[in-house]
Amino acid sequence: MSQAAEGSSGASTVEYIQHHLQNLSVGEGFMTWNLDTIFISIALGTLMVVVGGRVARNATEGVPGGFQNFVESILEFVQTQVKDSFPGHNPLIAPLALTIFVWVWLMNFMDLIPVDLLPLIGTWIGLPYLKVVPTTDLSTPMAMALVVFGLTLFYNIKVKGLGGYLKMFLFHPFGKFAVPANIVMTTIEEIAKPLSLGLRLFGNMFAGELVFLLIALLGGAAALGAGLLIWFPLQVVLDLAWLLFHILVITLQAFIFMVLTIVYLGMAHTTEH
Amino acid sequence: MNITVTLFAQMIAFGLLIWFVNKVMWGPLSGIMEARQKRIADGLAAAEKGKHEQELAEKRATELLKEAKDQAQEIVVQGQKRASEIVEEAKDTARAEGDRIVAAANAELEREVNQAKEALRTQVAAIAVAGAEKVLKREIDAKAHEDLLNDLATQI
Repeated sequence: MSQAAEGSSGASTVEYIQHHLQNLSVGEGFMTWNLDTIFISIALGTLMVVVGGRVARNATEGVPGGFQNFVESILEFVQTQVKDSFPGHNPLIAPLALTIFVWVWLMNFMDLIPVDLLPLIGTWIGLPYLKVVPTTDLSTPMAMALVVFGLTLFYNIKVKGLGGYLKMFLFHPFGKFAVPANIVMTTIEEIAKPLSLGLRLFGNMFAGELVFLLIALLGGAAALGAGLLIWFPLQVVLDLAWLLFHILVITLQAFIFMVLTIVYLGMAHTTEH
Repeated sequence: MNITVTLFAQMIAFGLLIWFVNKVMWGPLSGIMEARQKRIADGLAAAEKGKHEQELAEKRATELLKEAKDQAQEIVVQGQKRASEIVEEAKDTARAEGDRIVAAANAELEREVNQAKEALRTQVAAIAVAGAEKVLKREIDAKAHEDLLNDLATQI
């Protein structure tokens, strides 16, 4: 009897977590559209552009007011990062870095909304699954990493020339006497860049979301009863602690993604290799 | 990872977002920030220039003040010199005036003394004539003895 209860409780735990990690998707195989990911990320992007556009439209050259000041300080922060780690001048880099920083931060921020809130609202309007953090769907970080990778390829070839870029594969780490090893090493290096870029963000956010889910399970596992008196306060305290820590994590991950993008593009713009 | 159309959708979304951010937000705002930076730089430069000019003006003012002080000093010295000159002149004038007054007084005195002497002399002559009349018990013809009488008067 008790074993059966335990078993069903374990099963429901797995079910609960799996349910939360399931995308709301349409289509099969390659044609799978993760609607929640796409919708939330585009909504956040739109929010960013609309708010930013309004600030820019009402911006004054004189003394900036409260929100304009805030937006400008973010801009200046990004600009400083670009200036510090990007050699030369490319007008695309700063807006790219700004987009990454703010967009990734906003998408990561969805992680701080209570894990059950939006899926619950989703079930009310008939959505069976809802994964609210777009960056916990590997498609989003990898899409961004691939765009960055594409840009690095483009600028590598543009700055170094196709020949110069290929020469880097031949002679890069060990000089001209170890051409086969060089090809392998440089290829791995180049492919590792977008992979690590995307997977780092995904891994951090996925793990963070998972911890939130596990904390949310604490109170539920005790169900109704005397155990609730212990588990419920513990859940609140743990949730708060992880929330506070996670504010740091989401900002840090957005920052790392931005800085690495700048660095990779900076490397693409140097011709010394 | 399953490569799905979501990945490509997200790539397109990302690309569009970069474009929008650049067009709507980054472009105008960074332009405004640059303009403000320029304005601040201009303001600072103007302040620096003003400060420099003020320094120059202060220096010039000090110079002018010094010059004025020197001039004032000179004027005071000249004035003092002139004052002592005037005093000397006044002294000389006063002395001359005094001398003149004294001389005039002396002359007056002498004149009066002479007058008195003359009067005295005439009276003495008259007294002498009267005395002689008494002595001679007869009238002396003053006219007849005028020369004599005058002679006598001058002798007295």
